Formats: sequence, structure tokens, C-alpha cells
Amino acid sequence: MAHLSRDTLRETVVDCILAVAPEADVDSLPPGRPWREALEIDSFDFLNILVDLEKRLGVSVPESDYHELATLDGLIDYLERRLTA
Amino acid sequence: MSEFRMPSLGADMESGTLVEWNIQPGDRVERGQIVCVVETQKGAIDVEVWETGTVERLVAEEGQKVPVGEVLAVILGEDKKAEGEKAEDKKAQGETAEGEKAQGEAAGQEAPAEHPTPEAPRAPDLSPPPTTAAPDVAAGERLRISPAARKRAAELDLDPAGVRGSGVGGSITLEDIERATRPAAEEQAAPSSRVVSTSDTHAAMRQAIAAAMARSKREIPHYYLGNTLCVEPAMAWLEAHNAERPVAERLIFPVLQLRAVALALEAVPELNGWYRDDAFQPAEGVHPGVAIALRGGGLVAPALHDADRLAPDAMMAALRDLLTRARQDRLRSSELTAAGLTVTNLGDLGVESVQGVIYPPQVALVGFGRIAERPWVRDGQVVAARCLHASLAADHRVTDGALGARFLTRLTDLLTEPERLWPT
Repeated sequence: MAHLSRDTLRETVVDCILAVAPEADVDSLPPGRPWREALEIDSFDFLNILVDLEKRLGVSVPESDYHELATLDGLIDYLERRLTA
Repeated sequence: MSEFRMPSLGADMESGTLVEWNIQPGDRVERGQIVCVVETQKGAIDVEVWETGTVERLVAEEGQKVPVGEVLAVILGEDKKAEGEKAEDKKAQGETAEGEKAQGEAAGQEAPAEHPTPEAPRAPDLSPPPTTAAPDVAAGERLRISPAARKRAAELDLDPAGVRGSGVGGSITLEDIERATRPAAEEQAAPSSRVVSTSDTHAAMRQAIAAAMARSKREIPHYYLGNTLCVEPAMAWLEAHNAERPVAERLIFPVLQLRAVALALEAVPELNGWYRDDAFQPAEGVHPGVAIALRGGGLVAPALHDADRLAPDAMMAALRDLLTRARQDRLRSSELTAAGLTVTNLGDLGVESVQGVIYPPQVALVGFGRIAERPWVRDGQVVAARCLHASLAADHRVTDGALGARFLTRLTDLLTEPERLWPT
């Protein structure tokens, strides 16, 4: 996987979220707040987002790492780390 | 010969608009096959037929608004003693549906407005319920395509015959049409189609919910029970199950919740059924309704068939299918009538507990809040543990608190000791 800029990574994440929740207003998410509740992403939506991210980025998130994905920045940090590791 | 009638797909449904026939005179239909699409307040519903036979004639026309119980088509039956014809509704029982071979005038199809007869029969084994058994398209048969997809194809001037269907029985969905118009490279980036309903549809659904919930609060003397339970063992079970699996094959926690509800209902069947004509009528089989919030507003609660008999992965597959179709406005008639109890999970939206409103004529509703760390006492020590609040709202005309408590205790035990959910 080629190195992705953080902006590109964020764009990909937002795309995956919008694929599940087209009406989600990701830009007005308060930073540091749990994004799933704010965007009404249930466990099924969340699973679909992870499937999509895996498809696009090749990063498979083990369930034991889910807690690191609580905030959008946390999710992007996590993916960045996994991609550069 | 029997009459295939407009089914009642909810307590307050008076009529439905026949959007499209999937069959024509002379076609052979299989029990459980989707034969037409009906527009209701709950959106477009794929309506199944409960008799195997041959289509004699179509009575209702596409676009026609048809009252519940009116004849849609006439079908020459083959199998007069089909399971689903065990009509329980005496009023609907025109003739001897259960009789040996009563000229095929079985009235099991009937569903008069005030007494929607849940028709979903218990599947004989773990194979998917008959609702999914629609045969694949055979050469020369009419193209299986959803109305939305047909409309979109017409708008795009695209011949749907060349599109590969990914829907039930190979039917072509709106998404398939959209995909067919996109270059392959764009495919991944494009949002999945979640059919955005019109404001009219929303208003109609809002009305249907209002009517059902007002009736519930007017007629049903609810009682409420609740329990906080520790889900550490259940979460450990889930994490172990999912550990080596790719994301797409993982289970989600609601699978465990639904399984626990299904098994607890087996132990307390008095909470699984309908209150009609001043009496409790038990449901056949365990098909809990799953409350699904629709994006853009509204709510549907289709039944998850045979939740007590599905192995974990089969249950996840069935739930995935149900959630996906609910959000694409592609539910089936049996799914709107089979549930004897509904499960609502609002935990993902951050609430701690739910005091539910029963969906009439059902007699109970189970509510789950969110999983969150709480102080929990274990072996005399206060520890941080992931906990969950489970609640029961039940109809006091049918059960008392003691029975409700038995159910909730059983549910709690099952979710606390997850190895009991699928005993080997």
C-alpha cells in the first residue's frame, strides 16, 4: 500500500461512513467525541464500515482494537499507524 | 382453487397499493414465493404466497389500491394440505381448510383487517425459511426486478435484462442498476444505495407508527421490569469467536441478544404471541421482531425467522439480510406478521435503558441499552465491568410480573453465561 497522506486517509474514512450513512454530517462532528453515537452508527453499520475500510486500505481491524476507534481522530490515527507499520 | 388476498401487514393497515405483479396467469408458484409488491405505510413490501399451485388469473391490476382481505389473484392449488394453510382465524376459515381434501377451497390465505393472521410457518429444519425459497429466474420467465430498479433503468434508458441481479432469487435491485451505469473503478467509491424515501412515505409511516403506538398505550396495560447484567463473559465469548475471522464474517452483539431472547421465549412462551379477541394467541415458532430505525426517520420491526434454531453464523447472516433489506425497503410480508414479540436495541445510540411500548397485537417488548463499563461487585470486590441493562415491557392482560420476571431472569442467565446460548 502506497503511503497515504492523513488527508487522503480521512477522506477514505469519511467515504466509508457516508456509504453507510449518506446523511451523516461528518464535518460538524465535535472533535474528541465518540463518532458512532453522534452519527447513529449501530454495530451493524460499524461492521460494514470496517469491511469497507479493509477493502480499500487492506487494514483488518481485530475486535480487540475496537476501543481505539472511538473517536474519528482515533480511528484515523489507528489506520495511519497500521499502514506505516 | 384458492383466492390470494391482500394480506394485513400490520394492525392498522386498511389497504395497500399493488405496485407490481411478479407472476402471470399460467405461472407455477411455490409456497413462500414472492408474487407481488405492495406499497403500504411501511414502504414497499414483497408479498409471498402460501400455496403451491398455478396462477389461474390476476384479479387486481398494477397501480390499484386494494382493501385488506380483497382478492388479488386466483390460484389453482396443488397441495391442499400445505402447512401454512392451518388457518387459525375462524372468521377467515371459509371452508374446511384443515379437512382432508376439501376441493382446494382452503381459506388459509385470508387475513381480514382486524385479525392479521401471522402466516409464517415454522420451517421444518435449519434451512432458510420458505420466504427465501423463491426459485431463481429460469430462461423465459419474467425478469425479476424491483420496482425502484425498473423505474431507474427506464430513466437511464438501460435494458435491465443485461444486468446481473444481486437481490433475493437473483432479482435486480436498484443498486444493481446504479452499479451497471458506473465504470468499474468508481464502484467502490460510490455510496451504497439506501433508497431514500419520499416525504410522503415518511408521513405515511409516521402515521402508521402513531396509530399503532396510540392503540398500544390506550389498550395495553403495560408493566415494566428491568435488570442490569454484566456482559464480560458474553463479550469474551464474542471476541473469541471473532478473533480469527475477517471483519465480514464476524458476529455482532445483537446476535447474542436475539438468541438469548429466543431461548428465554421458549421457556416462557406466554410472552410470544398476540392478544386478539380478548384472548392470548401463542405464536407458532420463535420469530422475534427486530426494531430497525431507518435513516431519515421511521421504524420497522421485521421478524427474524426461527431465531431459536439458527447457529451463530446462520443467525448473523439472517440478521444481516434482514437489516439490509429493511434499509432498502425490501421487506417481505411474512416478516411483518410473524413476530410475537419485538426486541429493540437503543444502546448504539448511547442510552442506558429502554422502557418500551409494545407493538400491538404483540404482548411484550424487550429493550436493551448500551454496553458500558460500570462498577460491578465480583467476589466481594468492586471492579470495572462492561454491563448492560435489559428491560421487559409486557401486557398485564396476558401475563403477570412473576412470569415476566421468570423471562427476564432466564434472559439474564443466558447473556451472563454465553456458553448456554449454543450448547454443544
